[in-house]
Amino acid sequence: MSNEIAILGVGMHPWGKWGHNFVEYGVAAARAAIADAGIDWKDVGFVSGAATMRNGYPGYVAGATFAQALGWQGAEVNTSYAACASGSQALAAARTKILAGECEVALVVGADTTPKGFLAPAKGYRPEDPDWVRFYLGITNPTYFALYARRRMDIYGDTEEDFGLVKVKNSEHGFTNPNARYKKKFTLEDVAQSAMVADPLRLLNVCATSDGGAAMIVCSMDYAKKMGKADAVKVAAISTVTPTFASEVVEMPDIATDSAAAAGVDAHRFRASLPVKAYEEAGISPKDVSVAEVYDLSSALELDWYEDLQLCERGEAAQLVRNGDTRLGGRIPVNTSGGLACFGEAVPAQALAQVCELTWQLRGQAGDRQVPNAKVGITANQGLFGHGSSVIVKR
Amino acid sequence: MSAKPVNAAIEGWHTLDTDKPQLLGSRCDSCGTYYFPKMLKYCRNPSCDSSDFSEVPLSRTGKIWSYTNACYKPPEPFVADDPFVPYAIAAVELAEEQMIVLGQVIKGIDVDQLKVGMEVELVLETLHETDEDTKVTWKWKPA
Repeated sequence: MSNEIAILGVGMHPWGKWGHNFVEYGVAAARAAIADAGIDWKDVGFVSGAATMRNGYPGYVAGATFAQALGWQGAEVNTSYAACASGSQALAAARTKILAGECEVALVVGADTTPKGFLAPAKGYRPEDPDWVRFYLGITNPTYFALYARRRMDIYGDTEEDFGLVKVKNSEHGFTNPNARYKKKFTLEDVAQSAMVADPLRLLNVCATSDGGAAMIVCSMDYAKKMGKADAVKVAAISTVTPTFASEVVEMPDIATDSAAAAGVDAHRFRASLPVKAYEEAGISPKDVSVAEVYDLSSALELDWYEDLQLCERGEAAQLVRNGDTRLGGRIPVNTSGGLACFGEAVPAQALAQVCELTWQLRGQAGDRQVPNAKVGITANQGLFGHGSSVIVKR
Repeated sequence: MSAKPVNAAIEGWHTLDTDKPQLLGSRCDSCGTYYFPKMLKYCRNPSCDSSDFSEVPLSRTGKIWSYTNACYKPPEPFVADDPFVPYAIAAVELAEEQMIVLGQVIKGIDVDQLKVGMEVELVLETLHETDEDTKVTWKWKPA
């Protein structure tokens, strides 16, 4: 296929609350990816960074910041910002550059240092900013995830225990992952005894924010052949579609959905639209997926993703986790890395970390987390302001 | 009750009618799309390029789409009671507008008294007090 690129190398800096400069994590991840690819840093012709908004100007120009830290060597540079999908946007920029024939090998990298506590909006009286409005009215991030979770309970009959099963599964998966921040096997009892944050979600159902870094070296198929790596894991599709008007689900940070009152306008579910384009682009059916990494900002949200990825019919996701279908050894393992439950969210690195995990899975290098004979992997994530992505990799 | 003047926490987002308050939104004169908060500049329907809008009050009753609560004090600009009192939150579907609007649920109602599909109505309740006035906002109340 002409629109494929190869993933030559992947690397991460472990997630945690290290409190160091984000550049350190990005450099460590980049160097790991470069070493994994078996190339020299000076062979990289394009550096595509995912921006962080929490670390001042160096974060806004992350691509250049990492390029300088690794040593200016004349490569072209790009920085992408798309909230939680920033890493995928940076990967898409690298793919475009490679497929256009403008470069052979690119470094894609994202890293973040997160502040402690709640992320609060800027002060003052600013009703034109939806983020300010919702905090002023007492609506925080967990509110949205709790609304989605409660709706699953009232419409589909999901239970708090189902959400607990997701957390237990992910904590078992991440237990041996050297890059995970939380390495503790939680039980259903641990989850049920943790403090209620936003009913029905408890502390152990919602993810934290973390420091971390992830990177990959991608290249043209010709370059991969030249390196003797024609069988490298390939990027088969990248979807970064925007929503379609009108929104069916109230999304953070909005106080209301779009109105679908106009003639010819239907309400659309943004999350479900993300993988549709990825499946089409890759020519791959949901039935072909061996392993998936999804954005479990809450453990209930992971169940929404099963349905959005078409791994089951709408309303049936809880049955998958009850059956053990999505745990290691099951029919379609999800979040073998441990997911956000074990990592916490490092925004610009997270979408890349998902692809790193799938690359290790498809290479058979995932150790205790290995899905036997994994051939096709898909990621999914969604962020603020109409950003989201889904990436398909295949062997 | 305090004798302070009563003002909307966010000016112009709802009427101050104590009996039957309404959210104040807008509607596209061309395609009929509703907006809350108000949009008066450009229609976001991709099939419509109108820039003409009318301000309209929105339906004051709807059905609960989903609900939750806040067990921990949110950060600023939220102004919390001391000690903090948890409150419920509902996402409410307005039938005519075909949209969902979030808001707190009135004091004294917790999640065990709510259900998806339940009818609720819009009322005004204090969000917080300042030295000069009482700031009220819209809240949902089981009908």
